[in-house]
Amino acid sequence: MAYSDKVLDHYENPRNVGSFDKNDPSVGTGMVGAPACGDVMKLHIKVREDGVIEEARFKTYGCGSAIASSSLVTEWLRGKTLDQAREIKNTDIAEELALPPVKIHCSVLAEDAIKAAIGDYLAKRASITPDDQ
Amino acid sequence: MTRPIYLDYSATTPVDPRVARKMIPFLSERFGNPASRSHAHGWDAEEAVELARGQVAQLVGADSKEIVWTSGATESNNLAIAGAARFHRDRGRHLITMTTEHKAVLDTMRHLEREGFAVTYLPPQPNGLLDLERFAAAIRPDTVLASVMHVNNEIGVIQDLTAIGNVCRSRGVLFHVDAAQATGKVAINLESLPVDLMSFSAHKTYGPKGIGALYVRRKPRVRIEALIHGGGHERGMRSGTLATHQIVGMGEAFRLAREEMAVDNERARALRDKLLAALSALDETYVNGDLEARVPHNLNMSFNFVEGESLMMAMKDIAVSSGSACTSASLEPSYVLRALGRPDELAHSSIRFSVGRFTTEADIDTAIAQVTRNVRKLRDLSPLWDMHLEGIDLSKVQWATH
Repeated sequence: MAYSDKVLDHYENPRNVGSFDKNDPSVGTGMVGAPACGDVMKLHIKVREDGVIEEARFKTYGCGSAIASSSLVTEWLRGKTLDQAREIKNTDIAEELALPPVKIHCSVLAEDAIKAAIGDYLAKRASITPDDQ
Repeated sequence: MTRPIYLDYSATTPVDPRVARKMIPFLSERFGNPASRSHAHGWDAEEAVELARGQVAQLVGADSKEIVWTSGATESNNLAIAGAARFHRDRGRHLITMTTEHKAVLDTMRHLEREGFAVTYLPPQPNGLLDLERFAAAIRPDTVLASVMHVNNEIGVIQDLTAIGNVCRSRGVLFHVDAAQATGKVAINLESLPVDLMSFSAHKTYGPKGIGALYVRRKPRVRIEALIHGGGHERGMRSGTLATHQIVGMGEAFRLAREEMAVDNERARALRDKLLAALSALDETYVNGDLEARVPHNLNMSFNFVEGESLMMAMKDIAVSSGSACTSASLEPSYVLRALGRPDELAHSSIRFSVGRFTTEADIDTAIAQVTRNVRKLRDLSPLWDMHLEGIDLSKVQWATH
């Protein structure tokens, strides 16, 4: 199967690989997928006090399309508010990377990772600083 | 565009130039129909076909009258299994095979199930080999045929045909063997092997694609029903005008295999062992399938915490196969590796390297460098590798399966 130039670019030069301290209250973690299914994505977002995503980091076990999908969303997330981040749809990712139908699940996984990371961040905020809200 | 180094000889092999040279005259100058009995064009083609039949028979210790030409091992498997099952349907309707067989066998079995046959699919032992006691226990009074491949296409393990065949003989069960991956790698002598039907392919052994053969034992005579009906060619077992040039190619390829098998195998083993030693030096790598009962040119290895398709994508300069088929929502890993009891994540992380007659030591050096570099690179990208380094047992993690 031939990969699109954008998938190849992200695969060969993945952006924002790595992690933040997952115990930092400004960090949200999204871990989705399963090794048995052939892909696992871990997404970290670092959120400023004003609710804007300062930076995102990823690590992915999976095919080239899965790696490219997660690399792409770390670029897209930077500077977005949590509400804007929630608006990112798997179809946007699939379209940007020109994913073939058999690889659409990679973009779905990336969308799930964003939602999981936001959910984790909000849950953490709620438990640590309930009085600040 | 420079093409990647070919390390996928188990998928197919190039036609040996010596084979191609023998084939070419039969496309234009010596084009006769071997079934034409009334003129020299036909006689010439027939002579070439019979010479090739003898060459195929000689490699496997058979009589040339026991060789039936087909379009390849897939057709041979279909003809042997469906042909024997249907011929003997009044004697019994039970068949036995293994879960690690080629799809040409498994799908034929599935088809026969729809025709009213019952099929037992035996799992292999963790090393890929058939458990003989389990096999013997699976035989029923109505079992008519067992089909077990000689050499597995993915993991290269060699089944003990003598032991399996002897069980079949003692219980009155016909024994079919898919030997597509065995010719030129393993010595085969059907004069002494207790095998009734055996499938062969040309293109796995430096011959052309689109031609194969089925061995049908004559003493005692094995009866099968034809799948393809027409002019009654091949003693009624397989009608259709013979593809003389393809047949000549298969014959020459098998003649060369017989002459060069020892040298080919020695070279392949040295190259494979070099690859094996270098890749085993990486952490968390596992060889799939038995290393002893194995053809010398195959290495199937899992690189834990690295997904196979991404690894193949990274190794642009080498052509290999992966046990991970990440092309559907279900992300099915290799059914052969799963049958060995390998966890799915190891099956997803597997690569099959198969070397051959034209592989050089420089090719292997390139492969070692590429694999090593990219396994490290992808592990740096892998959250599973991080968790492994932190000492987390991945099998105990609650994953959000999708």
